[in-house]
Amino acid sequence: MSTPLEHDYIGLKETSLMSRSSDKALPSSSSGGDEKKSSLNLRETELRLGLPGSQSPERKQALGVSLFGKDLESKSSVLGFALSPSKSSVSGAKRVFCDAIDGCPSKWVFSASNGKSEVDLAKGGPALLSPRSGKEGDNGVNTLQSCVSKPAMKEALGGVPQSPKPEQEERKNQGAGGSEHGSAPAAKAQVVGWPPIRSFRKNTTASTLAKNCDDAEGKCLYVKVSMDGAPYLRKVDLRTYGSYSELSTALEKMFSCFTIGHCDSHGPLGQESLSESRLADLLNGSEYVLTYEDKDGDWMLVGDVPWEMFTDSCRRLRIMKSSEAIGLAPRATEKCKSRD
Amino acid sequence: MDPSKSRDSAESTRVIQFPNDVLERILSLIDSHRDRSAVSLVSKAWYNAERWTRRHVFIGNCYAVSPQIVARRFPSIRSVMLKGKPRFSDFNLVPPNWGADVHAWLAVFADQYPLLEELRLKRMTVTDESLKFLARKFQNFKALSLLSCDGFSTDGLEAIATDCRHLTELDIQENGIDDISGNWLSCFPENFTSLEVLNFASLSSDVNFDALERLVSQCKSLKILKVNKNITLEQLQRLLVRAPQLTELGTGSFLQELTAHQYEELERAFIGCKNLHALSGLWEATTQYLPVLYPACTNLTFLNLSYAALQSEELAKLVAHCPHLQRLWVLDTVEDVGLEAVASSCPLLEELRVFPADPYDQDINRGVNESGFLAVSLGCRKLHYVLYFCRKMTNAAVARIVQNCPGFTHFRLCIMKPGQPDSQTNEPMDEGFGAVVKTCTNLRRLGVSGLLTDLTFEYIGQYAKNLETLSVAFAGGSDRGMQCILDGCPKLRKLEIRDSPFGNGALLSGLEKYESMRSLWMSACKVTLHGCQMLATQRPRLNVEVMKDEEMDDGQSYKVYVYRTVAGPRTDAPAFVHR
Repeated sequence: MSTPLEHDYIGLKETSLMSRSSDKALPSSSSGGDEKKSSLNLRETELRLGLPGSQSPERKQALGVSLFGKDLESKSSVLGFALSPSKSSVSGAKRVFCDAIDGCPSKWVFSASNGKSEVDLAKGGPALLSPRSGKEGDNGVNTLQSCVSKPAMKEALGGVPQSPKPEQEERKNQGAGGSEHGSAPAAKAQVVGWPPIRSFRKNTTASTLAKNCDDAEGKCLYVKVSMDGAPYLRKVDLRTYGSYSELSTALEKMFSCFTIGHCDSHGPLGQESLSESRLADLLNGSEYVLTYEDKDGDWMLVGDVPWEMFTDSCRRLRIMKSSEAIGLAPRATEKCKSRD
Repeated sequence: MDPSKSRDSAESTRVIQFPNDVLERILSLIDSHRDRSAVSLVSKAWYNAERWTRRHVFIGNCYAVSPQIVARRFPSIRSVMLKGKPRFSDFNLVPPNWGADVHAWLAVFADQYPLLEELRLKRMTVTDESLKFLARKFQNFKALSLLSCDGFSTDGLEAIATDCRHLTELDIQENGIDDISGNWLSCFPENFTSLEVLNFASLSSDVNFDALERLVSQCKSLKILKVNKNITLEQLQRLLVRAPQLTELGTGSFLQELTAHQYEELERAFIGCKNLHALSGLWEATTQYLPVLYPACTNLTFLNLSYAALQSEELAKLVAHCPHLQRLWVLDTVEDVGLEAVASSCPLLEELRVFPADPYDQDINRGVNESGFLAVSLGCRKLHYVLYFCRKMTNAAVARIVQNCPGFTHFRLCIMKPGQPDSQTNEPMDEGFGAVVKTCTNLRRLGVSGLLTDLTFEYIGQYAKNLETLSVAFAGGSDRGMQCILDGCPKLRKLEIRDSPFGNGALLSGLEKYESMRSLWMSACKVTLHGCQMLATQRPRLNVEVMKDEEMDDGQSYKVYVYRTVAGPRTDAPAFVHR
């Protein structure tokens, strides 16, 4: 039994998990040869699943790869891997896109379909993005945010998602713990019986919290709205809108200022004043996609379900660049440029 | 004859030849089982007088003694408390079917104590058959309390409700129970009136409310009522008006859309509860309805909010109405700010327990930390019992806390990330816990956590002279740590260790010690089968139980449970327990 490590207390467990993870193929990091990637610290950000010989020292302390983004530090989310293939449904990818991806050997996939914006996990992929806990799907969100918040990151099919700084990895990652080895649930892997709380209390508090989460938004329904590339988020009260179009209009108003800046970077657009319709074009066109995180922590496209159902289940909104959503980065950029 | 001499000898013989019935009369007034144990050692006469007069027996480890031995010594028992599994079974560290089945005890009791009235079980396995047996065989049975037990279902409770005609207490707490239906409540006979304590807060099935209402109306002596989550506010109001004499109340769900009228009625119901000194439940309590409690809080001494995820302002407002509070259990959603409010509103506080709302959340800015604890220690000088789950702590804070409250008897600090150092200095938490044992001379129970070297254990061994229970996890550097404890703490009774680097050397250093202790638990440590065998051979009056640690892949890890016993090796050990 190893002495208590600062970062990892799984001790013996670690070696077995490490050996298991080394069997997984590393997703090809060709990423379409995106030149922007080289500007990042590849070593830190590369998703490594134990390609033989590619393990770096800091990896030894992490039992899986955690995905973080800068803006997630405060959240301290941990995303460990469930090592069991049966957990492919863990991330709750509500839409399955793997059919849209051709022959990709990697396990990490971004949806190729237009307007869809979830990270999909190829069925049967042994490495999975598991949200931290079933009831708090935030981490699913955070992952996506991390993936797309760095504007330079253009994920191609089979691209390697951004990964966190090693110290965060170390700090948070805990491998599949105790009796949950191999079948780590959606919750991040934990040590058996730690912290020392009776099961009854653990189960009860978990459900109480989840309920409170929902109930807290009883009378007014403020949800955060983030937009890729925007320096700060906004909050909207979903109850004040009666339909999707109202919401859309409101969001356009809110975020129009940001799109001005954004469009600037794409070329000689600065002169154009941004009107609502412009943003609407952006929203309705291929530039941005409006998505939301639902109660289960999954990212969904806005507009599919009846409005009432949407307000009931929506926890936060995100205006995502369709380039991220599509995953065909170079093409999307070109499209943008050509349009502008 | 010298008068003084004869008087002396006459007096001394008179004392010894106390008529038995006088002696028994006196001894029957002694309740504490420790006092009684002491009494029984005085002389044979006293031993006999004590055993005939004992009505209640407490057995801290059901395998330390056999029911036959108990029955032989104590012929007139009316009330039994039995504890079974090691405490770490609460945290799933003990495999299922380990044992501690109460049935063997019931069988003997049915024979020897047919007039048994009370049975209190903790961490025992209780089957429905046992419950049915209990209900059938003991005509005088009055009180059943099950805490952290497993193996039974609500069917068993039906038998109790149906057949125990004189039942005064039914207390079901936090068990691994198979909750099939709430029908058991309806099994109480129509004219049932004797209930004084009813606690079904941890059951999840719906009970028939009409039956409950009737029960509450009829049982005029009902003092303690703790309902489950499914009882609504409206229903609670109806119960309260029928039982204003309640001293302890556990509410159901505290969340419901009430009309103004209903709200008023609820308020009035609580105003009518003038005798409440303990309050719990409050599931899903929100700011909206907490104020109805205020009038009932004046005499509260115990407030259990550990299932209500309150925010700091809500707690602050609530405790402002509880000036006499002595015990408080909360969730860490109240944060340090909430605890500061407690510090200023509840100067008489003696016990504080802060549970984590989300134990797996690693954000160190959530929950409570050192400032909350510090604030309470400043405001509540009578504080002596703390169970505190936090995400970071510093040695300096701990030292100041115990300086403010040197009277700690129970200090259980759980820094939730294993092996976490002082968040300010990055050093081990040795000095903090060192301060605890040096300052708190009355310390009886200690739970340590965070990054700890052997130095912590040196301190404990050196200073904690009254320590009885020690819980260790992810701590220590070498065998020396555990040795310090075993050499140093004269009153140690229970030692439980997990995931710490103590091996055979440490285990065997306690050879002289274990028979004076109730038990030792070690899991995910470095002991081997060989070490355990050595211990078992050298100390035949200890049971040394070894279980393979399934969670560790190396096939070398064992869980060891050592305890003294006069009953010999147990006959019901499952296959995975070696001796």
